[in-house]
Amino acid sequence: MTKPLLTVKDLTMRFGGLVAVDKFSFEVQAGHITAIIGPNGAGKTTAFNCITGFYKPSGGSIALHHPSRGDFSLETMEDHKISRIAKVARTFQNIRLFGGMTVLENLMISQHNELMRASMFSIAGIFGLPSYRRAEKEAIEKSMAWLKRIGIADKADDAAAALPYGQQRKLEIVRALCTDPVLLCLDEPAAGLNPKESDDLGVFLREIRDKDHVGILLIEHDMSVVMEISDHIVVLDYGRKISDGTPALVRNDAAVIKAYLGVDE
Amino acid sequence: MAQPQNNHAQNLGQALPSMIKRSLIVLAIASIIFAPTLLLRLQVSKIENTLFIQYRWVFFAIGCALILVWRLIYEFRAWQRANVPLKASSRPQSQESRFAPYVGPVLLIAAILLPFMPFTDRYILDISILIVTYVMLGWGLQIVVGLAGLLDLGYVAFYAVGAYSYALLAEHFGFGFWICLPLAGVFAATWGVILGFPVLRLRGDYLAIVTLAFGEIIRVVLLNWRDFTGGSNGLSNIPRPSFFGIPFSQGPDGFAATFGLEYSSLQRMGFLYFLILALALLTFYISSRLRKLPMGRAWEALREDEIACRSLGLNTINTKLSAFAIGAMFGGFAGSFFAAKQAFISPESFNFMESATILAIVVLGGMSSQIGVVFSSIAMVGGIEALRQLQFLKAIFGPDFDPSSLRLLFFGLAMVIVMLWRPRGFVSSRVPTVFFREKKSVGSSMISQGRG
Ligand SMILES: Nc1ncnc2c1ncn2[C@@H]1O[C@H](COP(=O)(O)OP(=O)(O)OP(=O)(O)O)[C@@H](O)[C@H]1O
Ligand SMILES: [Mg+2]
Repeated sequence: MTKPLLTVKDLTMRFGGLVAVDKFSFEVQAGHITAIIGPNGAGKTTAFNCITGFYKPSGGSIALHHPSRGDFSLETMEDHKISRIAKVARTFQNIRLFGGMTVLENLMISQHNELMRASMFSIAGIFGLPSYRRAEKEAIEKSMAWLKRIGIADKADDAAAALPYGQQRKLEIVRALCTDPVLLCLDEPAAGLNPKESDDLGVFLREIRDKDHVGILLIEHDMSVVMEISDHIVVLDYGRKISDGTPALVRNDAAVIKAYLGVDE
Repeated sequence: MAQPQNNHAQNLGQALPSMIKRSLIVLAIASIIFAPTLLLRLQVSKIENTLFIQYRWVFFAIGCALILVWRLIYEFRAWQRANVPLKASSRPQSQESRFAPYVGPVLLIAAILLPFMPFTDRYILDISILIVTYVMLGWGLQIVVGLAGLLDLGYVAFYAVGAYSYALLAEHFGFGFWICLPLAGVFAATWGVILGFPVLRLRGDYLAIVTLAFGEIIRVVLLNWRDFTGGSNGLSNIPRPSFFGIPFSQGPDGFAATFGLEYSSLQRMGFLYFLILALALLTFYISSRLRKLPMGRAWEALREDEIACRSLGLNTINTKLSAFAIGAMFGGFAGSFFAAKQAFISPESFNFMESATILAIVVLGGMSSQIGVVFSSIAMVGGIEALRQLQFLKAIFGPDFDPSSLRLLFFGLAMVIVMLWRPRGFVSSRVPTVFFREKKSVGSSMISQGRG
């Protein structure tokens, strides 16, 4: 078997006395959609924040295997380096778009580091050298290609905050994709979407997995989406992993049913 | 401000008593404020050499009357809004007018022609230099506050660093203005980074307090390090800039003689005016270019959402430091110009009022509009000056009346009115830095003001 894309081992996160994530271990295979599910407050977002460097874990290790760039220990890296160097992108449970900037500008920010290099840290840019103009044009084209795929190319010049909620969710996903990630972490991408939008989202995420070869790690409460698109599900409850396997396996796991339905001991 | 309740479908007659009641409450509050400010005045009797209180009932009455009338109009408008259906939906969302693209060029031409106008005298030139200096400082601070959303209350520190850099380099090393100018920018930018480091993790009020303290620290150091800075005596005999080596003096080598003109002290003023205008335009050019480049776009993204920035691989530390450094650099340029123009500087010129004025210019102009800063500088500096000129009020209030004593009161009033009328500044919308088909400006309600 090939090396997993992400290997999380004994991840622990404590907030004072509270153990939000407790010795959590799982793997994300390349070319898979892996879902983390669990009741509210189970520690899913906390685990995400550890993987993407927003929290420094209290213990455990997080190893990323990039097919061309090599191996990274994410627990030792800063958040922006995890995105820039290890190529792990993420979205947020409550959408974090640059609301006062246009849709296109949002996607240009994702390509900041390449553009910054192309502008020679602004020197080439100030003098308007053609090399920078070419790089900017390419970045716009790349952004527009993504916008076309989610069907909002006509809104490229609108303020991001002016988009309807469903489109904001999608925009946040493509903004993360514009950083060319190998692993995309989505925190409840279907929250607030109607059933039709959720279905579209499922189709889109599979396309990303199959055509763009981006591994996906997903937190989701909408079980129809999770069961439909996941290759692998990890279940978390009170910070501990209680189940791990294919959707069919997890669906029938007694421990999972107990955690979700609150069956008495 | 007490918002009138939503009294739907009330006719004016029904609504009137409560409207009047609220207006009277406002009047009562106003009269409490006006009693010590407008009504009472401590006077020195020259004859008996004692203090006595002068009652200025006319002022007081006028002030109260103005407040009452304003509040009644406000009440009426509020009633109108609640009861008369507005055709607001037909109003265009964007406040940009058709003339917007011409405003900049017209202002520039006016600025270039100004010194050649027949009515331009020393006084007007002096004020214009001051206005353009503030425009430049406003544009510099706008990078930090408007674009990056970092509230900096100590901007004057960089102005001071620039001014002292020039003065000290000229004194100790005999450097001329044109060598000192870039050096002053470099020093100020360095201090921008030095300030930036400790405040990297601070946001909002905390950032504001630390930057305020930083501004004060620089001033206090300048005041107390006597051997180096001259303390409160300041530094004098700062060499004045020359016209590419030709001094503005009366002698045979002077500017006037070289160009076959008649000597006039206005020539130096005109030169200084064009010098600051060129520096301001440089600031304009660089900062508007930067805004459209990845660096400037990152500043704005930082203002919108720092966490999202980091998730997209932006090094927010570098982004913040670059905003501080570049903003400070322009402050440093302006500072060395100031030293060159005055030929004398002392810590007194760099107090907190200065920072506050520059910040007010940025806020009043609109956080992300460079043209707005021009208008607000004219309004602020020109307005303060104009209030000095209100001698005609003596005709109304008698010869004892000193209009400059009420200057700050008028000024505060004007600020309050402008901020009520335009809460996000003169030009509140934001022009995108890049577009695909059409450049649509973004309304102010969507733009984040930055919490730090
Ligand atoms: N920064 C923090 N400081 C203290 N406690 C925290 C912090 N972040 C999360 N927690 C706590 O950790 C626990 C797990 O929270 P987390 O947000 O990870 O849950 P979640 O599984 O994402 O829940 P939800 O489905 O509601 O999003 C909660 O009890 C929460 O209160
Ligand atoms: Mg969560």
